Amino acid sequence: MSHLLNVEDLEVKFALRFGDITAIDGISFSLDKGEKLGLVGESGAGKSVTGFSIINLISKPGFISKGRITFEGNEISAYSDSKMRQIRGDRISMIFQDPMMTLNPVFTIGMQMTEVLMAHRKMSKGQARKIALEKLKKVYIPSPEKRLAQYPHELSGGMRQRIIIAISLLTDPAIIIADEPTTALDVTIQAEIMDLLQELCESDNMALILITHDLGVVSQVTEKIAVMYAGKIIEYGPTDQIVKHPVHPYTEGLIKSIPGTVIKPGEDLVQIPGMMPTLTNIPQGCAFNPRCYLKEDICTTATPELKQKNGAMAACHMK
Amino acid sequence: MRQSLINFKESYFLYSFKRDKVAMASFIAIVIFILLALAAPWISPMNPYDANNIDIMNSEIPPAWEEGGVKQFPLGTDNMGRDMLSTMLYGLRTSILIGVGAVSLQAFIGIFMGLTAGYIGGRVDSILMRIADIQFSFPYLMVAIVVSAVFQLAFGIGKYEMLAVPLLILIIGFAEWPMYARTIRASVMGEKNKEYVEAARVIGLSRPVIMVRHVLPNSLTSLMVISTIQIANAVMSEAALSFLGLGMPVTRPSLGSLIRSGFDYIFSGSWWITVFPGIWLVVFVLVINLLGDWLRDVLNPKLYKG
Amino acid sequence: MNTKNTLVSINNIVKHFDISGGMLDQLQFKNFKPQLKKTTVKAVNNVSLEIRKGETLSVVGESGCGKSTLARVVMGLYPPNSGKILYNGARIDNLTHKQMLPFRKKMQMIFQDPYASLNPRKTVQQTLEEPLRFHNPKISNKDIQKKVERVMEQVGVDPLWIKRYPHEFSGGQRQRISIARGLILDPEFIVADEPVSALDVSIQAQILNLLMKAGRERQLTYLFITHDLSVVRHISTRVAVMYLGTLCELAKARDLFDTPQHPYTKALLSAIPVVGENQAKHIKLKGEVPTPVNLPAGCVFHARCVYADDRCTNQVPELRTLDNGTCVACHAVEENQISV
Repeated sequence: MSHLLNVEDLEVKFALRFGDITAIDGISFSLDKGEKLGLVGESGAGKSVTGFSIINLISKPGFISKGRITFEGNEISAYSDSKMRQIRGDRISMIFQDPMMTLNPVFTIGMQMTEVLMAHRKMSKGQARKIALEKLKKVYIPSPEKRLAQYPHELSGGMRQRIIIAISLLTDPAIIIADEPTTALDVTIQAEIMDLLQELCESDNMALILITHDLGVVSQVTEKIAVMYAGKIIEYGPTDQIVKHPVHPYTEGLIKSIPGTVIKPGEDLVQIPGMMPTLTNIPQGCAFNPRCYLKEDICTTATPELKQKNGAMAACHMK
Repeated sequence: MRQSLINFKESYFLYSFKRDKVAMASFIAIVIFILLALAAPWISPMNPYDANNIDIMNSEIPPAWEEGGVKQFPLGTDNMGRDMLSTMLYGLRTSILIGVGAVSLQAFIGIFMGLTAGYIGGRVDSILMRIADIQFSFPYLMVAIVVSAVFQLAFGIGKYEMLAVPLLILIIGFAEWPMYARTIRASVMGEKNKEYVEAARVIGLSRPVIMVRHVLPNSLTSLMVISTIQIANAVMSEAALSFLGLGMPVTRPSLGSLIRSGFDYIFSGSWWITVFPGIWLVVFVLVINLLGDWLRDVLNPKLYKG
Repeated sequence: MNTKNTLVSINNIVKHFDISGGMLDQLQFKNFKPQLKKTTVKAVNNVSLEIRKGETLSVVGESGCGKSTLARVVMGLYPPNSGKILYNGARIDNLTHKQMLPFRKKMQMIFQDPYASLNPRKTVQQTLEEPLRFHNPKISNKDIQKKVERVMEQVGVDPLWIKRYPHEFSGGQRQRISIARGLILDPEFIVADEPVSALDVSIQAQILNLLMKAGRERQLTYLFITHDLSVVRHISTRVAVMYLGTLCELAKARDLFDTPQHPYTKALLSAIPVVGENQAKHIKLKGEVPTPVNLPAGCVFHARCVYADDRCTNQVPELRTLDNGTCVACHAVEENQISV
């Protein structure tokens, strides 16, 4: 059985002045048509780098040093830059945290939308406009004709993020990679955007990779989760299973540290001591060992591999 | 102290300095220039300011390697019979003195005005910045001409020779302070809305204390960049004024007045009187600007995240 | 309300910001006649709150609702356009810098961005000593050292790091230092403006625990500003919900989360993503948040409210107290249109 997207043993390094540092250390995951995967982790875990490396958009000094990425049966990690460009923004789209990163402030929404189609699909302007309108309607933007003539600064944050989603839909991609798409937005708008993404995946059989630090959002939207810590996937499996019965002590701590999950109001939250190591000094053995309450000698010497546990995979010696 | 030394050794600042050959070369050149200027009384073959050493019979001797050159004057002599090399070393001394002095004055006025305008804002800001605009719209050459003409008339040429250095510092210092005021103001306006300033206000610190102890130290990087550029500008301004005959008198030449005094003889074949001080000045200003460029790149917070 | 228990009382505070700029920016032509037009952001409009001794009162709302402005007005960082702030019964919003100093000792603030709230050019020691030396000019160096060390231990920062600069610390540690600065004067009242929003989840829990511990040990009163409702539920005694510069609902934390009254509060609560509960149905709001430059007439929420009728578009609802002590400003609730 071949997956829509398959990432195998991906390793990403950054060439810095004191030598290479490993940002992504041998991660593997797969995605099927219409499937929604959450990449969860705190800042510095490597989740965004993973997203970028799928579409080969890591900027220097970063580079993919090992691993295979296959998309629709083709190994895209070996593609040339020009060949990759045909896939990026076409078959695989990306949505960023800050809509203004994607939107050019000096062009109207309409120009930016039709430009994508004219470049990727060699369409006429009229055709492109028709599709742009259709996609704007799809993301429930009120009075879409009016929006085409507007500039990004005339829209609210939530509306901009909708436009971005509409832009990413233009080419009917097979996968959307959304990197913290709602972090900058208010909760009520976040809920709307998440509903929208979910609905689109279902109606168009589109796959979604949701990169976020918010376990709450992930648990509502996705079917599968990969929890990342210090450049590795430490737990991977069905969302329900992981959220309700986490195996890895880090996942467990992460869930318990969110107010309102297990701890009653007013009581001390479960806290994971310390903080995520920086990439330059990742501890020997299991990277989580200095913060772990289950730590034994083996954790400081051997790196744990992902292994089957309760229907999910976890990388922990003690479980 | 030791900790900060170690920090400096590991800093991005030093790292990028070591990697940038142009910056290193410029820095070394500037250090050499400054050392030469400081040591001029000891290393130069003669004291060109001392009339006893000057023999008019030695005037316009070409450099040592040219025909008619003398070993005693390696770069030749000027129209008054002064050794070019010594005069240039002394001239550099004067130029640097005026440059640094004028920039210190600019910085003093500019920081005060810019900090006040930027931090207090509102009407105070409008008034101070309009003053800066007005000051800036006077061509400094015009001011210099008027001031030095009035000065020479009022005190006579003899007094003027003694007071030329402080006068030039005043003229150039007053002409360019708005540059500092604007830079500092822009940087202060960026800093004053940061939460650490609010935190200082919550503590109850008074306005002047917050301005000087909290905001100013965080505006120092932009100050450093502009200072290098302004020193180069001030040296150039001094040279320009002296070239027009409004700067240093011929008896105590700076690089500018040397170039001017040689200019009259350039067509009679005595090119060295103008060319050597000219090259000297260009190289000096160039290395300052190169170092300033590098500083601006390194200290630009947009390019480099601490 | 029991005034004896009130530590800080916020009375009818209005804060507008003039963003129209200079004369030339204000100049506009209407029917070829020049006129000056002022643009004001109406950040806080007639908000009244009582903060009781020893409680944690949270103010929640989405971006632009005026919660941070309110916090800064309380701290005296912005002068209010009208209204009064009382601290222990004494009016503090119209004091001079000198008169305010004794209150500064008792009221402190913790900020959102741990990267901006510490002066990058000052060591931890300088940052922590400054308030002490300023408010106690006669204090001995030994006492200062003792106090600084004690407070550093209390917030969980190793006193050995006292000579370090902020950039040598992680975000969580910086926030601890920022809290230490807030605690060092032994204040009674702390305004915390989104103190955990910029932090990672696992660090968030550490900081929240720290704030709660400090609150218990020092009998602090908190005014807690945040947009994160799960945090609010965890730490608050009472919660005030703000929308577009006005107070919609004020209730005990448990009442607010169990039986929210105001339609906006309901929508807000339904939008929180809860771990382990997939597909929660949330209440969709119509339209978009209006800008605080052009406030809607009547109830500020009417354009997005499903219960809105003519009365809501014309008449501003007043805050009314219900039987369980919850205060809510909504015509529909008053008319019993909404079934809880």
